[in-house]
Amino acid sequence: MSYLTVIVALPIAALVWESRSDGVHGFWSAVTQPEAVAALKLTLWISLIVALVNAVFGTIIAWTLVRDEFPGKSLVNAIIDLPFALPTIVAGLLVLALYGPHSPVGLHLAFTRTAIVLVLCFVSLPFVVRTVQPVLYELDRQMEEAARSLGAGEATVFTRVVLPNILPGILSGVAMAFARVIGEIGSIVIISGNLPFRTEMASVYVFNQGQSGNSAAASAVAVVLLAVSFAVLLAIGAIRRLATRHERG
Amino acid sequence: MYLFTMPMNKTRKLILLAAAAAALVAAAAAAASTRGTNLAFVAYSTPKPVMQKIIQAYAQTPQGAGVSFTQSYGPSTNQAKAVAAGQPADFVFLSAGDDVNLLVDAGLVSPSWDKQSYDGIAANTVVVFAVRNGNPKHIKGWADLVKPGVQVVTPNPFSSGSAKWNILAAYGAQRRLGKTDKQAIAYVRELFRHVVSQDTSGSNATNTFLSGKGDVLLTYESEAINARLQGKDIQYVIPRQTMLIQLPVALVKTSKNADATNAFLRFMRSTTAQNLFVQYGFRPVNPQVAKSAAAQKEFPARPGIFKIDDRYIGGWRAADKKWFAPGALMSQIEEAVGGPSSG
Repeated sequence: MSYLTVIVALPIAALVWESRSDGVHGFWSAVTQPEAVAALKLTLWISLIVALVNAVFGTIIAWTLVRDEFPGKSLVNAIIDLPFALPTIVAGLLVLALYGPHSPVGLHLAFTRTAIVLVLCFVSLPFVVRTVQPVLYELDRQMEEAARSLGAGEATVFTRVVLPNILPGILSGVAMAFARVIGEIGSIVIISGNLPFRTEMASVYVFNQGQSGNSAAASAVAVVLLAVSFAVLLAIGAIRRLATRHERG
Repeated sequence: MYLFTMPMNKTRKLILLAAAAAALVAAAAAAASTRGTNLAFVAYSTPKPVMQKIIQAYAQTPQGAGVSFTQSYGPSTNQAKAVAAGQPADFVFLSAGDDVNLLVDAGLVSPSWDKQSYDGIAANTVVVFAVRNGNPKHIKGWADLVKPGVQVVTPNPFSSGSAKWNILAAYGAQRRLGKTDKQAIAYVRELFRHVVSQDTSGSNATNTFLSGKGDVLLTYESEAINARLQGKDIQYVIPRQTMLIQLPVALVKTSKNADATNAFLRFMRSTTAQNLFVQYGFRPVNPQVAKSAAAQKEFPARPGIFKIDDRYIGGWRAADKKWFAPGALMSQIEEAVGGPSSG
């Protein structure tokens, strides 16, 4: 408990304290600056898109890794975690080299919102894969056999048997990916071009404000990001409890 | 608390471990203090290679023998803030006078730092236009930057010191071309309509430009020369009206080695050190070195070079208030340029 206090609670308390150093009015005017509002909106939309994309593709990858056999599977399994180990600024440089103006594959996406989504999908991919994978391993395949023997088609088996079981895993992964992406900065500063009102993400806005000595405004926007993440984590926790209510009886 | 509920042998192991660690730290500290003077300095990123050469050269001199250095490099404003927050330093070497002023406000640097010899400056550079090889868009002066279809790369002025220099250079150049205050501000707004990337630092902006984005990069002459030395595919144009970027060094008041630090700061202005600055693309402050053939060839004179204390700009404090404070000109310009209307 004291570990949690020193590592997590105190810094967050200090952040909240700093954000209100200009008073409630100062906080409000900091987060309603047009540039801040634009950056926050962009960040939330992009984080949402990234979380959904990863929910779909992360699940497909987890499924392939658990259910299919193919040469090099253990290698692929290890590669999945690399985005965690890679400094995200390197991820940004990689995407820039691949999809920038000198793109070897002919895709010129750098400095657009699409590029931001792309690099964030890369950074947060492991979350969904790693939360769904263990659930799939544990899943009793006899349930699926039973459903099939009762005449259910593959689609029905997936939506009625598999999906309800892995949904809590997907939701946890999505929640973590969303929270991770909302605060990401390393790869973003490289790839987004950081144009205010167009491609400037909230984390970069916070960084810029902090750099120009406006730490109250920086903290205020950061507190909004934290509050949104917290709300999303709580909401998904609630949905998870709802989704697993049968098991807990 | 938790420690006391542990079995005894575990607690003892922990204490032994802590004691061993403490002994190691003490030994390391003793080793560092046994030999000569150690000077710690905190600098911005670009001068790292040249500073290492200067330190090597200093070791060859009588007063420099046995002096060791603890060096820290990073973005200028970050570095100044770290020193203000207590990072130990005998002197700082920053990219803009307003970062030194930050330390003046924190009581760590004398307010008269810019009244010392060489006005507290170690080296100079100027704002230049880096362009693609062969200059396909025929960029020569400030007016060419706002022609249709020209894309400009410059860092974000709220996080980057070099962006501030670029903006003040753009404004000051317009004033020197006879424009009014209003017209010059309108020019900066128009310039920002052509900006296609606002990176968080000068070096990130250089990377963006080298990755192929944009037609013109607003940057330091020293950065452009450095990129060219590394074989990068760019050339640069020095506009007729441009800003002299003065790179300050300042003694930190809390230094316990003030005499040794001042001796080194003097050495930084010696012919030896200033020639090294020239090799690495910086304009010398030492008049003798400035007259040398190498410096004359590398750094063509420009009639319209002006400084931060130019009458149109009025020094860092005035510039910050007018341009970079929250709600001041630059945030208005960013909003006008990037806002929903042109989104």
